[in-house]
Amino acid sequence: MAEYREIIFNSDKIQTDDYFVNIGPQHPSTHGALRIVAKLEGEIVQSIDPVIGYIHSGIEKMCESLSYPQLIHLTDRMDYLSAHMNNEAVCLCIENALQVEVPERVKYIRTIMDELTRIASHQLWWCATGMDMGAMTTFFYGLRDREPILDIFEETCGARMTFNYNVPGGLMFDIHPNFQKRVKDFIRYFRKKLPEYDTLLSGNVIFKERTKGLGVLSKEEAIAWGVTGPSGRASGYSCDVRKLHPYSAYPYVKFEEKLATDGDTFWRYQLRIEEMWESMKIIEQLIDNIPEGDFAVKMKGVIKLPEGEFYQRVESARGEFGVFIVSDGKKNPYRLKFRSPGFSNLFVLNELVKGVKIADLVAIMATLDLVIPDIDR
Amino acid sequence: MKALFNYIKEVLGGFYTLLQGLGVTGKYLFTPWNYVTQSYPENREKLQMFERFRGEVIMPHNENNEHKCTGCGLCELACPNGSIEIISKSILTEDGKKKRIIDKHIYHLGMCTLCNLCVRACPSDAIIMGQKYEHAVYNRSNLTKVLNKPGSKIMEGIKE
Repeated sequence: MAEYREIIFNSDKIQTDDYFVNIGPQHPSTHGALRIVAKLEGEIVQSIDPVIGYIHSGIEKMCESLSYPQLIHLTDRMDYLSAHMNNEAVCLCIENALQVEVPERVKYIRTIMDELTRIASHQLWWCATGMDMGAMTTFFYGLRDREPILDIFEETCGARMTFNYNVPGGLMFDIHPNFQKRVKDFIRYFRKKLPEYDTLLSGNVIFKERTKGLGVLSKEEAIAWGVTGPSGRASGYSCDVRKLHPYSAYPYVKFEEKLATDGDTFWRYQLRIEEMWESMKIIEQLIDNIPEGDFAVKMKGVIKLPEGEFYQRVESARGEFGVFIVSDGKKNPYRLKFRSPGFSNLFVLNELVKGVKIADLVAIMATLDLVIPDIDR
Repeated sequence: MKALFNYIKEVLGGFYTLLQGLGVTGKYLFTPWNYVTQSYPENREKLQMFERFRGEVIMPHNENNEHKCTGCGLCELACPNGSIEIISKSILTEDGKKKRIIDKHIYHLGMCTLCNLCVRACPSDAIIMGQKYEHAVYNRSNLTKVLNKPGSKIMEGIKE
């Protein structure tokens, strides 16, 4: 929909009852520098046009001039809420290309870290969703429970958001001696606190009335647009990479892939809450059984990938995250492409918002869980 | 009649869910030991970072003003964004040989992403991550630091 540009430049085409509203790039509910041009008729949204690129930082191009261990730290900064998964995807891709088998201990720790990241990401998403719909309370409750996870990360990885904890061949450090105790404490704590989320927001009658039946995404559309993650699974599209293409320690654990059929805003919300329960189950199965061993295998000083093309996908908190490396045998990649879940999830928004009120546009956008650096890269 | 009954039930049920939510917030309002906020600038004295926390790159010196850096330049190579510059100089040792030692280890904190790759690359553990977390300065040039102190020299027994 580039028609708003046409209309602005040919003023005789302007109709009296249609008008355009710019939401963003500086708007709290776009969760970053995203601009949405909404075509409105009265208060009804007719179509929207997302304009991206305000914080494009050229990470893919930058990666071409960096060596493989160096480029991993840039992937933290794309989807900063699922930084561990992004790091892991690049590391797995490099390890698969070199056919390096990492120790079991590394696989277990990576999986635990992934699931902790998923919980932390969904907590922050829950905060923001509530706040987008006008419930300031949720923001404080979500951040309160996110703090223990960030402490776990800080103690083991040394940072709270941009960890750079995975390196090709293993991990940067071994886990901290307190790690297992802290994680178990957190699970015990969060099992008590998660029902509060339901009482505060999911059970709230105003929230239910606003979200049920709003922005319905059918299964066919979800597949056609490549919507993955909880947003796709709410429409019944089974797309969990952890189940379909298991990596790290996911083959060893039992968990359910939560699916819903309605595909509306409420179920996109509800699935993320249920994913937090599942993540806690996965962590509980792994945390006591971390095998002894090395936390990294010895890699060569200069890592050179063999010539060829390599692809690795992981399930990030927002959907399928893929890394595609084209190597020409040198120490830096010839081309590196990231398949980010946020990009596909954003562009389905136009299909969802036709005919809804402008206030509901924000609610639909919130449950797609957009992270803008992930889209712009 | 049934429709009316359902309607009333829905309205009352709706009110009940709102009261439940208010109950949660009310519970925390009257239990001050559950407060989680910290008064940050006031508690600066007792705020302790975790030992692995990455605040900035530092070069520890011992009491004789000696460090472990040999000036090999591996950290400079490992750095993804060029925030480390090593300037070395050559001196004459006592037995008349020429030897390259470090002159300045320049660290641009403003460019650093705290990825820990330089610390991993260092063969003699000369640089470590410090725990300082307040980096605000009035002038951008203050973010460029020389890590080896003036007049410092290399510790005995560090292999080149």
